[in-house]
Amino acid sequence: MTDDIRALTARLADEPSSLAFLELGEALRRRGQLEAAYKIVRGGLSRYPDLADGHDLLGRILGDQGDLAGAFDAWADALRFDPMRSGALKGIGFLYFRAGNIDAALEHLQRAAEIDPDDESIAQALARVRAAVRAAPEARPEDTFAPAAPPAASVENATAATSLFPGSEDGEQGMMLVDGNGLRLSGSLRSPSNEDVGDRVAAELAGVSKEASRTTKLLGLGAWEAIAVESPEGNLFLVPPTPHTVLLAMREPSLPMARLGLIAERAARDARAWLGSQQ
Amino acid sequence: MSPAIAVLERVTQVPGVRGSLVISATDGLVVAERLMDGIDGRAIAALAANLIQRLVRATAGAGMRIPTFVHLRGNTGSVLAAPGRNDLVLVAVAGVDANLGLARVEMLDAVGRLA
Repeated sequence: MTDDIRALTARLADEPSSLAFLELGEALRRRGQLEAAYKIVRGGLSRYPDLADGHDLLGRILGDQGDLAGAFDAWADALRFDPMRSGALKGIGFLYFRAGNIDAALEHLQRAAEIDPDDESIAQALARVRAAVRAAPEARPEDTFAPAAPPAASVENATAATSLFPGSEDGEQGMMLVDGNGLRLSGSLRSPSNEDVGDRVAAELAGVSKEASRTTKLLGLGAWEAIAVESPEGNLFLVPPTPHTVLLAMREPSLPMARLGLIAERAARDARAWLGSQQ
Repeated sequence: MSPAIAVLERVTQVPGVRGSLVISATDGLVVAERLMDGIDGRAIAALAANLIQRLVRATAGAGMRIPTFVHLRGNTGSVLAAPGRNDLVLVAVAGVDANLGLARVEMLDAVGRLA
């Protein structure tokens, strides 16, 4: 058992009602421990049956297990609770593609691309489907995606090589990972007037993290987990992927803060994995 | 009852809110407070003011105006802050069981009443 899985397991044992099951389920899925991941996420969904994130993750696990019908149902549930869930649209698009229903595949992938235009994995999946249709209209869809790779991984892997936030719905734009000295480790940030403000904001974030840590500690509120900041021009969500880093997600105010929080939490998971791989 | 105290009364009535106070953002001093016993208003004021100042600089760096609401979440509770006019900030400390949505609505409504 790796340290992160051990820590997440302990956290979930301490706080069974927390959302740590999402992180633990994803960590187990990435390690290929699919049965354990399935049980964890199922347990979490029994507490949070309306959580689109949980259904989306369940879809990825079932897809990896080869239960494509189950994956379809899980992603359909995710869309029922969050029609803008691009990961679920991407997954269902892939399943339609495998089933040979190209029109439905394109429709779902296009919707996903409209919701998350910065997600390279969606753009690449869309390009691959279109290329496969152009190159060999009669070819079996399985020939396009590597047959040995699990379904969810096939779609997701398109991002892994190009982004430091693999699996993040929103790619690197509007997302930034900063170290304890206020230096930008990854990502980029643009102001509402489209100016590159990444380094300027990064320099301030190290101080924010220290101040947040001091505040929660001295007020007896434990370790700081997140800061949500509302502003007329946009919303910010800060999370600490590790004690010495801060991840910032910034979006327009029209995106609900809870949704921005989920995007940031997911990106933080990816950032943690990326930081671990750099050591 | 002063307007500041009336505002604090409303916020502290939200379930799970342990106390609230009005502070001056630039010097971190308490203007008015309504706190449960054992909570140090001066400490909250100083800490919240520092954090707000940092966040104001970060949002300014991002080309945005002063935040309208801030929620710092710790694993056993939260600090909520609503900056208002004249350098005043309405701050609340809440437990994990607090109704944060209601607290946010009350605070945004209340902070507009502060002079």
